[in-house]
Amino acid sequence: MSKYFLNHIKELEAEALFVLREVFAQFENPAILFSGGKDSIVVTHLARKAFFPAKIPFTLLHVDTGHNFPETIAFRDALVKELGVKLAVGSVQESIDQGRVVEERGKNASRNALQTVTLLDTIEENKFDVCIGGGRRDEEKARAKERFFSHRDEFGQWDPKNQRSELWNIFNGKHHQGEHFRVFPISNWTEMDVWQYIDMENIAIPSLYIAHEREVVWRDNTWLPFSDFLTLRSGEKVERKQVRFRTLGDITITGGVESDADSLEKIVAEVAAARQTERGNRADDKRSETAMEDRKRDGYF
Amino acid sequence: MANIDNTQLLRFTTAGSVDDGKSTLIGRLLYDSKSIFEDQLDAVKRSSERKGLRHVELAHLTDGLKDEREQGITIDVAYRYFATPKRKFIIADTPGHIQYTRNMVTGASTANLALILVDARKGVIEQTCRHSFIASLLQIPHLIVCVNKMDLVDYSEEAYNKIVEEYKEFAAKLEINDIRFIPISALKGDNVVNRSEAMSWFKGSTLLNTLETIHISSDQNHVDCRFPVQTVIRPHNDEYHDYRGYAGRVAGGIFKPGDEVTVLPSGLESKIKSIDTFDGKVEEAFSPMAVTITLEDEIDISRGDMIVRRNNQPQVAQGLDVMICWLNNKGPQLRAKYILKHTSNEVRAVLKEVLYKVDINTLHRIEEDKEIQMNDIFRVKMRSTKPLMIDSYRRNRVTGSLILIDEATNETVAAGMII
Repeated sequence: MSKYFLNHIKELEAEALFVLREVFAQFENPAILFSGGKDSIVVTHLARKAFFPAKIPFTLLHVDTGHNFPETIAFRDALVKELGVKLAVGSVQESIDQGRVVEERGKNASRNALQTVTLLDTIEENKFDVCIGGGRRDEEKARAKERFFSHRDEFGQWDPKNQRSELWNIFNGKHHQGEHFRVFPISNWTEMDVWQYIDMENIAIPSLYIAHEREVVWRDNTWLPFSDFLTLRSGEKVERKQVRFRTLGDITITGGVESDADSLEKIVAEVAAARQTERGNRADDKRSETAMEDRKRDGYF
Repeated sequence: MANIDNTQLLRFTTAGSVDDGKSTLIGRLLYDSKSIFEDQLDAVKRSSERKGLRHVELAHLTDGLKDEREQGITIDVAYRYFATPKRKFIIADTPGHIQYTRNMVTGASTANLALILVDARKGVIEQTCRHSFIASLLQIPHLIVCVNKMDLVDYSEEAYNKIVEEYKEFAAKLEINDIRFIPISALKGDNVVNRSEAMSWFKGSTLLNTLETIHISSDQNHVDCRFPVQTVIRPHNDEYHDYRGYAGRVAGGIFKPGDEVTVLPSGLESKIKSIDTFDGKVEEAFSPMAVTITLEDEIDISRGDMIVRRNNQPQVAQGLDVMICWLNNKGPQLRAKYILKHTSNEVRAVLKEVLYKVDINTLHRIEEDKEIQMNDIFRVKMRSTKPLMIDSYRRNRVTGSLILIDEATNETVAAGMII
């Protein structure tokens, strides 16, 4: 084999660096949508590489639902300090207090859907014209048709039937006043690629991804973390289990899996053997077959 | 676990109509290569049952959006991922109707291999020609023709050979050197991942084996050095006070420190001082690496400029001869200005004269009717307001491609390949 080729991870990395530099060149005020999850951490790491030796020229934007894992917030603050970047926080609690949204009630209530309003408000307040996200096309079927450069109208909505054609690696970020873009530099990565990359680059991630002992409750075929936000139903009990999380959303909706993968290497091996998709433990996707598509149309991540 | 150091990425495109089994084939590849998760399979089983089907409809694995599941058609390009220990695959899955030419072109633009499906009962039809022509136009280097539904022609070698001959006759008009043929049944799984027992007469490799082993590392242009500058990196901090780096992705050739280079369009000359990455300096940079180049001399370089080798330069031109695929509902306006994007460059351009349209089913030139509509492919003379650094698309897919954007709507209205 010729020595002039990149292995698949290096090729995906090069593609992402190219995309991030296009964002910097084509937009005025970009932000990285930072959830504290592994995908947004990888995107932030890639941004660091794309502009080295300069600092990351983007703000980190975090939508704080008030239902975060405490570990996520601590991780976010440490990273912001290390990188010397600006942080913008949108608070779902404030949106509720201001009457912009109404808290869900009922047995599966979560703040997941409420985030969209807070996100769009925060984008408007800060005048971000582009938000860079860690979304991947392999995550969910509605995401399989997402572009690298995804246009949002002035209401922040995604129109899947009227997307701009995206050819070669020529990206069209042209937009009118008030419209914005979502850009997904790791569109072509799979869960496996992300873990292999985290392992290869030795990227720091929240300890939640690594197997640890925790108080959990068995509900809807998954181990939900016990927290102040969880009300026990009849027959449910709090147990201590060795678990890890494959995705990190709100503490109220993110289920863990029993695991003894306590190192990155073991996680890569576990992902390779997994028989369930990573979002299989996310209550937000289980609501209906088109749950993700519906949220995306409204302006979700 | 496979050693990831050597796993290559293969991007391929598929095109097919509603009933030639394309979705079933992709479902089969994902299913037999064990790339389907239990919860995905459960969802497909549930929807198959709801529809009253007795078998699990593998095609449902690839239907993305709500409208498509309701109508049973694929309306856009969808990307799928699977991996084997040897390679990672990205499938650009596109619909095959004539009104979806633009989607096929989009899917083909990033692919290094095209899968063409032929129904064994129908042989080479108009659509087969259309898909093949688009693959050729977009300069996809490898093409695999899958003769599908062999189970419906009793796995007949004779039927297969007839289709292969028919296709080869047509393919003489194409510009693709590497064309392979495989008889398969996507529904039954013959020769997709596992060898077919019913077709022991076929001595070639299965589809998956071919995808895993086809030689792709020489698909990139490693001859003509081209480095379009995306952005200039100036850290403004104490450690890198005077640092000035040119960030971009190598579009062709192999760059090394010490190389004598010319910066276009200014024509200023310098030498490469270093090639930098976050992981350290590198001795060589080749396509598609993303790096930052520093030069020995302080010269004025900005986004849109191109660093090339002194003795091998692209054409610097304002007059362009381009093959275009029109992507928009609203047809092109002659003499109207469009935004033209080419590598990291952005200029304005006008369409001066349509030379001819191409009948994408027969490859014939249509010179009498020059009315252009969405999905039409035509050759046009253009002029840009500023010079562009171009190669022919045949020579380099990065420096030979461009898009046009409507100034009023900001929509991408055309894809162009420089002749």
